[in-house]
Amino acid sequence: MVTVDSASAPHPPQPLLRMEGIVKHFPGAKALDGVDLEVLPGEVHCLLGQNGAGKSTLIKTLAGAHRPDRGEIVMDGEPVVIGSPTAALELGIATMYQELDVVDGLTIAENIFLGHELAQGGVLRRRETHARTRQLMSRLGHPELSPSREVGQLSSAGKQIVSMARALSRDAKLIVMDEPSAVLDPEEVDNLFRVVEAVQAEGVAVIYISHRLEEIRRIGDRITVLKDGRTVATNLAVDEVSTAEVISLMTGRDVATDFGGASAGPQGEEPLLEVDGLSLAGVFEGVSFTVRPGEIVGLAGLVGAGRSEVLETLYGARRASAGVVRVRGRDLPRGSVPAAVSAGIGLAPEERKAQGLLLDEPVFRNITLSTFGRFARGGLLDERAERRAATEQIEAMQLAPSDPGRVTRTLSGGNQQKVMLARWLVHGCSILLLDEPTRGVDVGARAEIYRLIRRLAADGSAVVLVSSELEEVLQLSDEVLVLADGRVVHQGPAADIDEHRILDLVMEGTHA
Amino acid sequence: MTTTDTPGTTAPQDPQDGSAPADEGARRLPALKEMTRDLGLVVALVALLVIGVATSGERFLSVANLMVILQQAAIIGVISIGVTFVITAGGIDLSVGSVLGLATVWATTLATQTMAQDLHWLVMVFTALAVGTAAGLVNGVVVAYGRVVSFIATLAMLVAARGLAEIISDRKTQIVRVDPFLDTFRGDLLGIPVIVWIFLVVAAAGWFLLNRTTFGRRTVAIGGNPEAARLAGIKIRRHTVMVFALSGLTAGIAAVMMIARTTAGTSTNGYLYELDAIAAVVVGGTLLIGGRGTIVGTVLGVLIFSTLTNIFIQNNLSISAQSLAKGAIIVGAVLLQQRFAARSRSS
Repeated sequence: MVTVDSASAPHPPQPLLRMEGIVKHFPGAKALDGVDLEVLPGEVHCLLGQNGAGKSTLIKTLAGAHRPDRGEIVMDGEPVVIGSPTAALELGIATMYQELDVVDGLTIAENIFLGHELAQGGVLRRRETHARTRQLMSRLGHPELSPSREVGQLSSAGKQIVSMARALSRDAKLIVMDEPSAVLDPEEVDNLFRVVEAVQAEGVAVIYISHRLEEIRRIGDRITVLKDGRTVATNLAVDEVSTAEVISLMTGRDVATDFGGASAGPQGEEPLLEVDGLSLAGVFEGVSFTVRPGEIVGLAGLVGAGRSEVLETLYGARRASAGVVRVRGRDLPRGSVPAAVSAGIGLAPEERKAQGLLLDEPVFRNITLSTFGRFARGGLLDERAERRAATEQIEAMQLAPSDPGRVTRTLSGGNQQKVMLARWLVHGCSILLLDEPTRGVDVGARAEIYRLIRRLAADGSAVVLVSSELEEVLQLSDEVLVLADGRVVHQGPAADIDEHRILDLVMEGTHA
Repeated sequence: MTTTDTPGTTAPQDPQDGSAPADEGARRLPALKEMTRDLGLVVALVALLVIGVATSGERFLSVANLMVILQQAAIIGVISIGVTFVITAGGIDLSVGSVLGLATVWATTLATQTMAQDLHWLVMVFTALAVGTAAGLVNGVVVAYGRVVSFIATLAMLVAARGLAEIISDRKTQIVRVDPFLDTFRGDLLGIPVIVWIFLVVAAAGWFLLNRTTFGRRTVAIGGNPEAARLAGIKIRRHTVMVFALSGLTAGIAAVMMIARTTAGTSTNGYLYELDAIAAVVVGGTLLIGGRGTIVGTVLGVLIFSTLTNIFIQNNLSISAQSLAKGAIIVGAVLLQQRFAARSRSS
């Protein structure tokens, strides 16, 4: 472990928070396996780590939503047990979650003061609540957001601001921010940082989680890096550590990710999938590309650029407002999922858990979900045949554990993704639409998914890939389309473009 | 309900703080939307009144008949207020009708015992309220601490409470002859039956509780996003128990009204009332999935159904035709609401 000991400083201040040896196990998943963290009063402490490194579990432990199995938490020099969200709030720990923590049916003011309403004898003091809300909103640079606006009508960024206001409304000594900038545009991020600096000046400490290193350089004081549920480095001074160092700590190795070697390239000239001028009114416009067997086409761009919507429209889940989708030269009817599926198109959606998988069902039923009709005789399902077909795929994909009867929920993210892919392979899909295939998949398992995608292409599938990770798109794809605000701003071989150029394009696109 | 008084934010006051002028228009918006939704119900109610006049003429609009409509609305109405809270919190209470029956039986059994002749009639009233609340508490504990889905928990209570009522009453109807009680609850106040007054008071209290107190706010939050509510430090389980107890209490209040109206307690009292109550709540605009509730809507929903019943009775139409019409209204109202919700989302 790399530790920069603060004891070498002349007068070490007493830490506001010290977590030592925190362990938390969930059934079927390791979560935290010995985390140490120390936060000083008034500092912005950045928490870094890959998806699945344990950041979310750690902050939920701090917020009282999870109880650690082992380990010690010391707040202001006193050992504490954070048994409930209320206990956390009473200790002065307020948490801004990435999502989930606002109630759509309530107004902005009602959300901010939820659980600590301004009231007398149970009767709400509305005028005061609204006045305080207006103060908070103008402090956050949004005096135009009325306290009585319903939160359900706000954008994600708006909800994030409400969430922020709520954390501020608590008399907090420590504010935990879980990727607050993910849904904010640059201007909002500036606002956020102003607020962070202001609370910092009052001695409030902030635990800041973000994937954007440049943000951490701007407002962070010290860094703690988590990997696989463990603290691998702590109390690194932001100014003294290099980006390369941080990344190698997060990944645990210095070599680049293995993307499964070079692409085998397209087979033949005959396109399997042709997309011509596809548009979805108000979302994206004029998207055209072709995919041949063995070819991988990547869609890059920021979240909200319309990438997922292109896939969903291709798949018929959304009804195109213009354009044609052709499979093997035949036009598909607009807005029909059954037509797309029977033409051999399979979609692995971004929100696997919400849109793709029946998590409480066994693996084999998920694999045969779109084909179980084939395993039926006279309306009766032949479960043995179903299991057999599933087992074949499980072996081909090296799913671990390989038990087809295992409940899908207990699999890791990477293996759930494989289940999703297996479904379409059993179906015999030759056109695979993959939306963020490595979201929620830990780094080790990613390489496996990459190899799998490569292999599927090599076997003659046409693959359309959407990913927020530019490296992933660039390394896997043969051809790349860059989308910005629903328009294709670049299209060409992946070898002809690099990450910087794509970022440039995306930025220009949003400002055009 | 606990009250949390929070100390002021540690933040310094922002210089540009204060009332934003652009705020006023926006502030009226949700209220306006709520009103247009309720307005639809008012229009439906007025249309029904017009139909009533058209088919039954003066007789329909007579004060006596309007009081009949209100009296019919009163008992279901009080239950519906409690059910509104449960549904807003994301649950359902199927037991209210049975609990009402049980409460009438329990209270009248007490009142008709010879040894109880010296007891004040208030004891009977309190018994009904206590029985209702206790049944609600049991529901709440089973749902919140036993983690049983409210549909099942209250379905069990529906069956069990009816059974207990039959055991206590031996399936006999018990007539109440406590004059002071009957005089109080069967009388008029300012020309309006006391039963109707009770409905009005319960509705007003329910409105206040839902819209102006921490209890109501938290009820909406739990129904809208339980995880968010939990993370905000709300004690969800305790609150859930209280919401069900409240529903039980309104069933108890309705039991008192029932005893007064029928002068009897019997185990069949309140049969299928839970369905009428749920229908009124949903037609009124409370979301069945929770997170949004309206007392005004519930009251209008109850009035629509009791007006409809009255029109059918006035015209000597069968109960069966009436049920058919009710079913159509429920589906129609919910369809309209969904349209409305979809439109307000897209705007």
